[in-house]
Amino acid sequence: MSKTPPPAELAKISHQPPETPWMETPVEFRPGTWCYSGKPKALEALGLPNVREWSPPDEDWKLPEGWQKIIYEGFKDRLNKYRSLKIFMDICVRCGACADKCHFFLGTGDPKNMPVLRAELLRSVYRKDFTTAGKILGHFAGARELTVDVLKEWFYYFYQCTECRRCSVFCPYGIDTAEITMMARELLHLVGVNINWILEPASNCSRTGNHLGLQPHTLRDSIDSLCEDIEDVTGVHIEVPLNKKGAEILFITPSADAFADPGIYTFMGYILLFEHIGLDYTMSTYASEGGNFGLFTNQETMKKLNAKMYAEAKRLGVKWILGGECGHMWRVIHQYMDTMNGPADFLEAPVSPITGTKFENAKSTKMVHITEFTADLIQHNKLKLDPRRNDHRTVSFHDSCNPSRAMGLFEEPRYILKNVVNNFHEMPENAIREQTFCCGSGTGLNTDEYMEMRMRGGFPRANAVKYVHEKHGVDLLSCICAIDRATLSTLMQYWIPMVEVAGVHELVGNALVMEGEGERTTDLREEDLADVEGEEDAV
Amino acid sequence: MDLKSLLNQRKVTILGRWFDLIVSSYPSDASRMLKKEDRFANPLGSTISREIETLFDALLSGADAEQVKPSLDRLLRIKAVQDFAPSEAMAFIFSLKEAIRTHLATELREDGIADSLVLFESRIDALALMGFDVYMKCREAIYQLKTDELKRQTHKLLERANRMGGTAQG
Ligand code: SF4
Ligand code: SF4
Repeated sequence: MSKTPPPAELAKISHQPPETPWMETPVEFRPGTWCYSGKPKALEALGLPNVREWSPPDEDWKLPEGWQKIIYEGFKDRLNKYRSLKIFMDICVRCGACADKCHFFLGTGDPKNMPVLRAELLRSVYRKDFTTAGKILGHFAGARELTVDVLKEWFYYFYQCTECRRCSVFCPYGIDTAEITMMARELLHLVGVNINWILEPASNCSRTGNHLGLQPHTLRDSIDSLCEDIEDVTGVHIEVPLNKKGAEILFITPSADAFADPGIYTFMGYILLFEHIGLDYTMSTYASEGGNFGLFTNQETMKKLNAKMYAEAKRLGVKWILGGECGHMWRVIHQYMDTMNGPADFLEAPVSPITGTKFENAKSTKMVHITEFTADLIQHNKLKLDPRRNDHRTVSFHDSCNPSRAMGLFEEPRYILKNVVNNFHEMPENAIREQTFCCGSGTGLNTDEYMEMRMRGGFPRANAVKYVHEKHGVDLLSCICAIDRATLSTLMQYWIPMVEVAGVHELVGNALVMEGEGERTTDLREEDLADVEGEEDAV
Repeated sequence: MDLKSLLNQRKVTILGRWFDLIVSSYPSDASRMLKKEDRFANPLGSTISREIETLFDALLSGADAEQVKPSLDRLLRIKAVQDFAPSEAMAFIFSLKEAIRTHLATELREDGIADSLVLFESRIDALALMGFDVYMKCREAIYQLKTDELKRQTHKLLERANRMGGTAQG
C-alpha cells in the first residue's frame, strides 16, 4: 500500500476564506489592492482638508478630531441635498438582481463587491444614524456604528467600484450604486481619506489645464511632432491651430491623446479628418484636457475643472464645441455641465458646417460628440474612405461605460466602424452595449500600484475579448475612451497579448483618402498594410 | 477495471468534486455565481470548469507538458492576480488527488489500482511543478505591465526628451 498521506492532508494549506459575517470581517490591505494616498501638495492645491502624510496599510490614519461627527454632518447634508441618495438608502429590497453583475465581484468572488453589499457598507451606517429602527435595534436592524474599521472598509471598497453603473441596469428600482460610491468618496474626502492618482491630475488640471501639468509649449511640441508622423505616413502636411481666435469650432479631447500610446494615433485620425473636410477649428492650450478627475473627487472640483471649457470657448469666440473620444468627460458634459456651468448662451446651437445637420441633442450644452459628427459626415457621403486600409486588422468594439450607459451612444461608433473597417466582429450580447463590462480601471483607479485589482476587475471584459479573438481572430479592440485606450492596452497585455487597442478615429484616419496624399504602405502606427490594389477606384 | 477506465467512467463526478474544492477557496457567497453556466456572466467559474476538464483529460491520456501548459496558464493567470499566497494559488492542482480518493475510496483497495494511482498522482505532482513556473511567469508579467504602461503613458514626452538629449550630446 502506498504511504502517501491522505490527500486532504497533503493539500492542507488553508485556502478556505474566513467565514465570519461580513459586518465583522475587517479588510486587509494587501499589495496590489489599494491606491497610494493623496499627497499633501495636491490636497493643498485643491483646498481639501486634513493634509498629512499617511498610507492605507498604516494602523493610524491620522483622522481629524471628531471625524465621526464630520462624516455624520456631511452625510446629513447630502441626504437633504440629493433626494436620490435618500431614496437609494431606503428602497433596496435586497432582491439580489444586481449581485452578480459587478465586474469586481465576477473577478474576485469577494461578496463585498456585490453592488448590494457595497451599498450596504454605507447603508448600515445610515440606518444607525438616520433611521428609528436602526437607532433602537442597532445590529438587528442591520445597523452599525461608524468605527475606524468601517471607515477603512469604505475606503477599500468604494475605491473598488469604477462607478461603471452596470449594476444599475439590472436593478428593478433603478438604484445607482455609482452614485452611492460618489457620495461615499465625498464623505471620505471630508476627513482627508483619498487617493493620489485622482488628486494629482485634478490639481495639475486646475493649474495648467491638463492632467500631466504640461505647459502650452510642450503641447505645441507634441502636436507638431504628431503632424510630422502624419506626414511620414501620408505625405500630407498639416498644421493644427492652437488658441486661434474666431475659429468656428473649439475641439477638446483628453490630453492623453496628444501624448500617450495608443491615443496619439486617434489624435492623428482627428486631425486628418479635420483637414479632409477643411474644418475651421482650433484647440486650446488651457482647455487641453477633456478628462475631469473632479468627477471622482467632489462636485466643487468637477465644476471648477469643467468650467474651463466654456471659458475658453468664450475667450476664443467660437460658435460651438466638438468633443473627442473620452468616457467620463462625456458623463460630465451630458449629466452635469448644463446645470453646473451652463447655460452657455454666448454659443450657438451646433450645426455641422459641412452637412448643415443641426445637432438637436446638443442644443443646450453646445457640445457635439465626435462620433456623432463623423457618422453624420459619412451618412452625407462627405468622406472619401478606403476601408481596405484596415484590412490588416480584425476589429471588435468595446462600449466604454460612460458613453454607453450615461449617454446611450451605441450606434454612431458602430456606424463609423462599418464604413472604415471590413473585418468587424461583435462580442457576445451580454458583454456589449448597456451590458458592457468595464475595463476595471475607471474612476481614477488606473494606477500601477493597483495592478492586481485592475486585472481582476477587467477579467470579465478580457474574457469576452478572448472569445472573439479565438473565434474570429480579433486582434484590435476599438473604443471611444482615453482611459480605456490606456487601461485596455494593459489589460490585453496581461490576458490576451495578441490584441491591441485603438480609438475609432485611428481607424478613420487609416481609411481617409486625403487630397494630394502619397501611396500609403503603412497604417498610422507605421505597420504594414495588407496588400491593397486598385486604391484609386475606392470611394 | 484498470485505473484509467475507472477515472474515465467517473470523470463527471470527479470533475464536479474537483470544481467544488476549487470553488471552496472563494468566499461561500460567491459559489452561486461561480456555478452559473454562462461563460460571459461567469468568466471565473466557467474558465475553471473548462480548463480543469482539459487538464484531467491530458493527465489521463499522458499528454506531454507543452500540451497542458495553456490550460495551466489560463487558471494560474487568474490566481496570480487574486488574493492568494503562491501556495494557495497552487493548491487547486493537489485537490484533484482529494477528489479522486474520495470518489474511488472502495475501488482503490483493489489490487493493482493503488499502484497505478501512485503513478497517476506523480503526474499530478509533475503538473504542479510546471504550475510553479507558469505562476512565476504570470507574476513577472505584472511587473512588466507597470513598466510598459508608464512608457505608453508618456510616449511622446519620452520621445521629446530623447530628442533633446540627443541634441545636447550631438
Ligand atoms: S437590484 Fe436593486 S433592489 Fe435588488 S438588491 Fe440590487 S440594489 Fe437592491
Ligand atoms: S457601479 Fe460598476 S463597479 Fe460599482 S458596484 Fe456597480 S457594477 Fe460594480
